[in-house]
Amino acid sequence: MLDLYSPGTSLLHRLPPAAKMLAMLIGATLLFLNESLPITVAATLGILALYPIAQLTLKQAFAQIRPLLIIFVLFFAVQWYFSGLELAAYVVLRLTALILLASLVTLTTRSSDMIDTMTRGLRHLKPLGVNPEKVSLAISLALRFIPVLAQITREVREAQKTRGLERSVIAVAMPMAIRAIKMADDISDAIDSRGYRS
Amino acid sequence: MIDLQNVSVSFGERTVLHDISLSLAERRIAIIGANGSGKSTFARLLNGLALPTSGDVLVDGLNTRKKGRDVRRKVGFVFQNPDNQIVMPVVEEDLAFGMKNLEFSKADIATKTDEILARYNMSDLREHPAHLLSGGQKQLLAISGVLVMTPDILVMDEPTTLLDLRNKRRIARAVAALDQMVITVTHDLDLIADYDRVIVIDEGQIFADGAPKEVIPAYERLMA
Repeated sequence: MLDLYSPGTSLLHRLPPAAKMLAMLIGATLLFLNESLPITVAATLGILALYPIAQLTLKQAFAQIRPLLIIFVLFFAVQWYFSGLELAAYVVLRLTALILLASLVTLTTRSSDMIDTMTRGLRHLKPLGVNPEKVSLAISLALRFIPVLAQITREVREAQKTRGLERSVIAVAMPMAIRAIKMADDISDAIDSRGYRS
Repeated sequence: MIDLQNVSVSFGERTVLHDISLSLAERRIAIIGANGSGKSTFARLLNGLALPTSGDVLVDGLNTRKKGRDVRRKVGFVFQNPDNQIVMPVVEEDLAFGMKNLEFSKADIATKTDEILARYNMSDLREHPAHLLSGGQKQLLAISGVLVMTPDILVMDEPTTLLDLRNKRRIARAVAALDQMVITVTHDLDLIADYDRVIVIDEGQIFADGAPKEVIPAYERLMA
């Protein structure tokens, strides 16, 4: 998911963001409603087949699910133990298909286009007190700073390792939290100084 | 032109700047001083990110206390760590962020984005994720993101501190070529050798103020 946009000129790149996001919403709902393993297998293969059409490699597809492999293995093991092999395969495959589908949209759609589309959609919720601009800024900041926070985590973990703390969650979490709070202050100033009107 | 009139800044019991009065009008001005001397607070006063506890800061007659948004339109600010200044995930989106806030037209945004990317040889990075840029590229993007908003004055808080020598020189060349008035807070004495004016802040007060060849040796003696 963090690979974000992969520039290209394929049919999927050229489709309007709203169409892609709507298709993703419908596809994800159908995947959830479906309870058949063969259909889930077919859907996963179908989504994978869209990657080359979008000028994306299968390596890029695998990169989207790689960070979650451990969770998938855990899910699979628990489901197999409690509900049997077929249900375990179905649950994990359905999650894989969902992630591949969502990643296909983010890889072929600029985040700014996606956020503009969401902002337009959220305008309908203004009477309920939703501020579309604030929501879109929050989404952009999340996309921007997830990799930065991951980098900070790596730096803190390395710093703790050099001081003999190999696997201490608290030793990583505390400096992380302090740096994140300091960073949030600076980001807030940066947004102010670039003319953002809240 | 920026005027500071009897400006003091305190954080709780601690006074960071003491009764400073001066006018800033030169094209290139450097603010130097030891860590904790108050120079970053001084810089943040200039575009209203920090407000004086007493006294006033006027930018072309606009009081930062009352006209913060108008002041920030005139005075761009570049932070020390570009990672905290780049707010959008992709290069061209970040360049557009400030311009969208100032309600530039789509055509203007496109033209200015093209121009600034070409100026700093970053056209091929237009759709690049910001977190994958090198340190120098990130700082250039941070500066570009401010320059496209066409400020009259650029304030930079230690813009070269996190950079290697090549990127320091790259940023120095970029700054030297700017038409705007530039106020740089820095520890990098090479960067400011050609500046018009250098101000040394020590323990919240102006220790020295003048041409680099007179002020820098005085600063070096102070730090010895």
